[in-house]
Amino acid sequence: MAPSVNTAARHKALAAALLGRATVWQQADARAGRLARARTDDAGDAVRLADDYRLLAHDLARARALLPGSRAREYLESAYARVHATLHHGAWRLGSALRRLIVEETPAAVRWLAPYIFWTTLIFVLSAGGGYALVHRYPDLIALFASPDMIASVESGKLWTQGLLNVVPSSILSVQILTNNIVVSLFAYCLGFLFGLGTLYILGLNGLMLGAVFAFAGEHGLAGQLFSFIVAHGCVELSVMCLSAAAGAAIGEALIRPGAAGRLESFRIAALRTGVVLLSCAVLLVGAGLIEGFISPDPRFSLPARIVIGVGYWWLMAALLSGRLFGRPAPLPAAQDT
Amino acid sequence: MSEPLPGLSVDSVTGIDVSLPVAGPGVRSFAFLIDWHIRLLLALAWWLLGSFLYNGRLALNAPLAHQQAWFGTVMLPAFAIYFLYHPVLEVLMRGRTPGKRSAGIQVVTRSGGLPGAGALLVRNVFRLIDSLPVAYGVGLTLMVLTRESLRCGDMAAGTLLVYERSVADSDLLQSAARRVGRLDPVGAEIVADLLERWESLVPEARVRLARQLLQRYLGAAADLSEADELQWRSRLELLARP
Repeated sequence: MAPSVNTAARHKALAAALLGRATVWQQADARAGRLARARTDDAGDAVRLADDYRLLAHDLARARALLPGSRAREYLESAYARVHATLHHGAWRLGSALRRLIVEETPAAVRWLAPYIFWTTLIFVLSAGGGYALVHRYPDLIALFASPDMIASVESGKLWTQGLLNVVPSSILSVQILTNNIVVSLFAYCLGFLFGLGTLYILGLNGLMLGAVFAFAGEHGLAGQLFSFIVAHGCVELSVMCLSAAAGAAIGEALIRPGAAGRLESFRIAALRTGVVLLSCAVLLVGAGLIEGFISPDPRFSLPARIVIGVGYWWLMAALLSGRLFGRPAPLPAAQDT
Repeated sequence: MSEPLPGLSVDSVTGIDVSLPVAGPGVRSFAFLIDWHIRLLLALAWWLLGSFLYNGRLALNAPLAHQQAWFGTVMLPAFAIYFLYHPVLEVLMRGRTPGKRSAGIQVVTRSGGLPGAGALLVRNVFRLIDSLPVAYGVGLTLMVLTRESLRCGDMAAGTLLVYERSVADSDLLQSAARRVGRLDPVGAEIVADLLERWESLVPEARVRLARQLLQRYLGAAADLSEADELQWRSRLELLARP
């Protein structure tokens, strides 16, 4: 029988040899960093990174066995994770990431959301109809939906929006409006977390308010003026509300009916699929807010001009969300794994 | 050595899993507090500077009437700095912020990669829920209750926060490799580190650490007699000589 090698001495020799390769690890780590930041287009670097991956895996396995509590192991864990991420996820480019988000992911998400958009729009329309019928039948109930100042203004025969620009400048009004709308849209989305109930509450409440205010304005012969005020910004504003509510409803359904993937995983997939539409929603609401601050309260704009602006902006929104603004329809998304 | 941190283990084609130590509620709160101070100070600084320039004197009061210039140049940017700090910086800094960087943590996906812009935006949108009812009550509760310290935004975006491991200097590792004599490799690393940092330590610390190391590796045979710093250093180098 051959004499056994002294185990401790063997371990020490192996560990020393391992530590001596630190320069190679450092080079691999630096290469991964360069490729991850897209600082190099060298194909040789990319090929060497695959070799680095195998080398680091080998050395890390050794280090885990021989040097479990050492800095060398920490270094290798870090370098190995970085090389793994670079190889499997590619380089990060801010411009291309944002472009992909707007040009590809958002239209794909909107297509996936189509049934939800249909149902949330229907709920919104029904809520608005309900609010209208309610206040039309029982006018006193307007106090549930409108402030005393608004009610007093309508009862005196003029909309609360008249003379608005004399009180608040357009720019300030726009920012106040768009901030409020963005927050409402984000809440309509996020409250899908409560199994969709929060989303339905926000959607239903806004629908009821719209219908109720229209009914009340109609009672006082101001429905035409109210329509004239709303049409320029409302087409996009209300559509975006339905869209963000659709995204929230998708999250709610993922939590209620998670399927085989499990509740948390379904929630993650639904949130990632749908959340990308929020950036476009926010951008669109900025535009709607500017219209509401500068155009809607300004009496110099005629009704036809307002309709053209409202419909035109809605078409722009539709083109953006469908991907046609960039010349190609969006493919349907696969389950995302970022 | 300290206990290993709870971690995320990611399968790899090499058969060697990628191990990422997960950041807990404590370090995440620490990072958040740093970020909160930074954004608050930046927003206040903008407000102060804008007020000074707008009023032409050191006065912080806002105009009584609505004034577009005041709103557009002072208030709006200050609020934008405060509220858009996290989403903008996380996208620009690839899952990091100055606070996370200081705390040594970063956002990654469950497969260990960098999250995309969509995922980062989603995790920030859900701050609305996490921050309820006050002081991130929902987020903190979820972090304490979940094994991987996830808040609602992380669950939605499929992200988690992991430690960026402290990366040792490769020179230090090579120096340690040369010093594997009577020492084990971990001891060689410690001695190499101590010798490298010798000048930056206060004299008492140099002697105390050298004494502890000699005692640990040489036991009763260690020469622990009183000596000056240079002698303690020589004893250490002798210990680490192959």
